[in-house]
Amino acid sequence: MTKHFFGDTAVLTGRSLSHIMRSPDTIITTALMPIAFMLMFVYVFGGAIDTGTDSYVSYLLPGILLITVASGIAYTAYRLFLDLQGGIFERFQSMPIARSSVLWGHVLTSLVANLISIAVVVLVALVMGFRSGAGVLAWLGVAGILVLFTLALTWLAVIAGLSAKTVDGASAFSYPLIFLPFLSSAFVPTETMPGPVRWFAENQPVTSIIDTIRNLLAEQPVGTDIWVALAWCVGILAVAYFFAMSAYRRRIA
Amino acid sequence: MTMPTDRGREPAIRVQNIEKSYRDLHVLKGVDFEVASGSIFALLGSNGAGKTTAIKILSTLLKADAGTASVNGYDVATQAADVRESISLTGQFAAVDEVLTGRENLILVAKLRHLTNPGKIADDLLARFSLTDAGGRKAATYSGGMRRRLDIAMSLIGNPPVIFLDEPTTGLDPEARIEVWDEVKKLAQGGTTVLLTTQYLDEAEQLADRIAILHQGRIIVNGTLAELKALLPPAKVEYVEKQPSLEDVFFAVVGNNGDAGKNGDAGTSGNEPSNKTSNPAGTDA
Repeated sequence: MTKHFFGDTAVLTGRSLSHIMRSPDTIITTALMPIAFMLMFVYVFGGAIDTGTDSYVSYLLPGILLITVASGIAYTAYRLFLDLQGGIFERFQSMPIARSSVLWGHVLTSLVANLISIAVVVLVALVMGFRSGAGVLAWLGVAGILVLFTLALTWLAVIAGLSAKTVDGASAFSYPLIFLPFLSSAFVPTETMPGPVRWFAENQPVTSIIDTIRNLLAEQPVGTDIWVALAWCVGILAVAYFFAMSAYRRRIA
Repeated sequence: MTMPTDRGREPAIRVQNIEKSYRDLHVLKGVDFEVASGSIFALLGSNGAGKTTAIKILSTLLKADAGTASVNGYDVATQAADVRESISLTGQFAAVDEVLTGRENLILVAKLRHLTNPGKIADDLLARFSLTDAGGRKAATYSGGMRRRLDIAMSLIGNPPVIFLDEPTTGLDPEARIEVWDEVKKLAQGGTTVLLTTQYLDEAEQLADRIAILHQGRIIVNGTLAELKALLPPAKVEYVEKQPSLEDVFFAVVGNNGDAGKNGDAGTSGNEPSNKTSNPAGTDA
């Protein structure tokens, strides 16, 4: 049965990608909120924020990208939930296919959709004055971390999609994830925060990821941040994958 | 994708002492039945009787707590992959992809069954189910009857020898029901084994070679229509004025062709003097 895994995954990924291509509003609404945050922070609050850098949009962009992913994966949970509700999930599961490819189709679609949203946000940032002299290797590093982060959050979304009871429940889980960058180094340096908040901000996963991306784009040394960031991404990915799979087995057994 | 069949006289479906509980709820309490190859078998029961649970166990979506079941000679627990090669499931709600067109839905299933030339398979089925004109439209725009036809067409791809239909006509209007009935009859004529569940008594009467009544987790009766009727006291002759059923009226008023009309009233005419307790439930759509 596993001999068809790649073929079946390709067919099912093609299916959910065509959903996105036919309603590109999911990509646009995914990018809309982060872009609104970016406009507000750069043109409203930004003048009063001292980050010690000359370009606030460049300072802000990494956090905005994580917010983009966090709001994008809500659609992944939503699409998976609709498949379960509509019965097509059961149809697939009763067919002679590699069964896990039903989940992988959604995961790969999530990856593609989020990367498109990220590209849209980066384009807007370029218009707003974001510039980076980073080389190919640094950009590849940024892309790699964003892919890992997207996969980690996508598997969280799979848990939500599989276990939600209502459509609202399927996407509501993403709100805390969208909020997390606000309690990090995304918008202001953590040094300005009061004790406990600062401690939380400096030790939560998002800060190390943001700092790594920011330093890669600014051609600064990333230090140990990159290892902390990678550890968080891989760790969340592994735990989320484990719980997604056990939610999946509960669903089909 | 026809299966190597050494089943011969073997029943296509064999269910022995299947039990299933959801936490405290004991849904199936030891269910036994067999379905002969190439026949239509109706599992009749009210809502919550466990019909869908039985279908899910047979289509490898659920595991039974106890008992054994085999489909097309394969054990549902230990040879699930072979069972899935042998079956198609048409669930209670038309499981079509609403965003895709009818044709794309069919191509999707053909690809997932690893068949060559999925485009031709799709076109042939669209023609067979009178969906050619609608084939390029999103399934979301289809009427209930069209969705159900597309749903059944998707189930026929790859010619699986056993087909499960879980309440195939629930929510359909009388005309769409008759279309579905005709397709199910054609399937059995072609040698496919059909296990269908229904809560409509006239549907079982119309279609099934054998009928089993599932009640409170057990099969309480299992036989042909004639055998089931023989369970009741012999028919006595009464004079009953033959009133047209609402279904007769419906078809007379909407001016359906005679063919569909004949199908429609066959379940209610001709046996009025019997002690039939069933009301044709088909007109409640």
